Amino acid sequence: MKPASRQQMAARVAHDIPEGWFVNLGIGIPTMVADHVPVEREVILHSENGILGMGPAPDKVNAWLVNAGKQPVTLRPGGSFFHHADSFGMIRGGHIDLCVLGAFEVAENGDIANWATSENDNAPAVGGAMDLAVGAKRLWVVMEHTTKDGKPKLVERCSYPLTAMGAVQRIYTNLAVVDVVPGRGFVLREILAEGLSPAELQAQTGALLHTDS
Amino acid sequence: MINKIVQSIAEALSGIRDGATVLMGGFGAVGQPDELIEGLIEQGATDLTVVANNAGAGRVGLARLMEMGRVRKIICSFPRSAGSVVFEDLYRAGKLELEIVPQGTLAERMRAAGAGIPAFFTATSAGTRLAQGKECRDFNGRPHVMELALPGDVALVEAWQADRWGNLAYREGGRNFNPVMAMAARLTVAQTHHVVELGDIAPDNVHTPGIFVQRVVQVSRGAPWV
Repeated sequence: MKPASRQQMAARVAHDIPEGWFVNLGIGIPTMVADHVPVEREVILHSENGILGMGPAPDKVNAWLVNAGKQPVTLRPGGSFFHHADSFGMIRGGHIDLCVLGAFEVAENGDIANWATSENDNAPAVGGAMDLAVGAKRLWVVMEHTTKDGKPKLVERCSYPLTAMGAVQRIYTNLAVVDVVPGRGFVLREILAEGLSPAELQAQTGALLHTDS
Repeated sequence: MINKIVQSIAEALSGIRDGATVLMGGFGAVGQPDELIEGLIEQGATDLTVVANNAGAGRVGLARLMEMGRVRKIICSFPRSAGSVVFEDLYRAGKLELEIVPQGTLAERMRAAGAGIPAFFTATSAGTRLAQGKECRDFNGRPHVMELALPGDVALVEAWQADRWGNLAYREGGRNFNPVMAMAARLTVAQTHHVVELGDIAPDNVHTPGIFVQRVVQVSRGAPWV
């Protein structure tokens, strides 16, 4: 069995983003999605710190231009700057077509946990995750299918503190693409790992995987 | 003649009292009013509540102010980041109060304060532990959480250009929290890279009108630290 690499996961997400969408990409693998959107497909990237039309990392750093992860970025022609309340107005007001985030866990009811690893976490950092999870028109998660020690991250109910309830529509992992369907739960769309059977995938998933066949 | 331009950082920060709530602009280092924060260390006010997106990095600026025991409480969205060692040590030792606020709620609470709105409802944080103890209500079949306005006694902001009426223009990603913080405080102090004549910032390009700004001080020109 050969799981998808992080770049392959990012490329698979990028494949599903149509021209014209306003997209906010979280930190980690989600950030890598931008590199896989074909240049001729106009997708407008939003950054929570007040940027629309964000472009790739620059050859020459402009200290005034960073993304949410505080890495240097560029601005495409047509881009714009605005203040934080407007930026989160775009997010919370339902103007962003898609947000892609990483997660610790996603539950079959669409709950997402991605900001604190326990109730006792001393000083968790929430940033814009809760705003994005409830505000974007669609929330997709890209993450490994299991933890490093093999525990499922797709679960019946989240055990970590929630970021948002019932927010996730789709999950891309290193093993599969899974939809979250209200009233139904996880629905398998595609296996990404070469040589992985549906039964083997189910064994690494903490809740029932439905199929549409 | 109205002239909000003061000649020194000390003058810009005079009168800030112990116990004040201080809003500090910036997203990481970008748009952060470094000279004013350093000046606040000199100024001496203590028992401060600081509102900022991040909880300082390294041992300078906000981190230094916290390390000196001058900050009672920090209200922020993302306290733990690369280099936030001072925050982590103080917080673990129980020497610093922390209020975690989702970033959009943080911005909106200050915007509301500036706009005379005492509270508002948002779907952000509904059903999470950050909603605990807050009033919840359903709108359009969806749970929402009541959040209170967050006014400051003082806002410290960084502009790219400013004039003597206090009109401000920011540069690129340096805008971030600065305009909402300028609205939300009784005393807004702007450090600026450039002081320009009235009218030199085209009226269409004034980001923060001078009504929200009380003092302006020029700092040496430069780019934010990265």
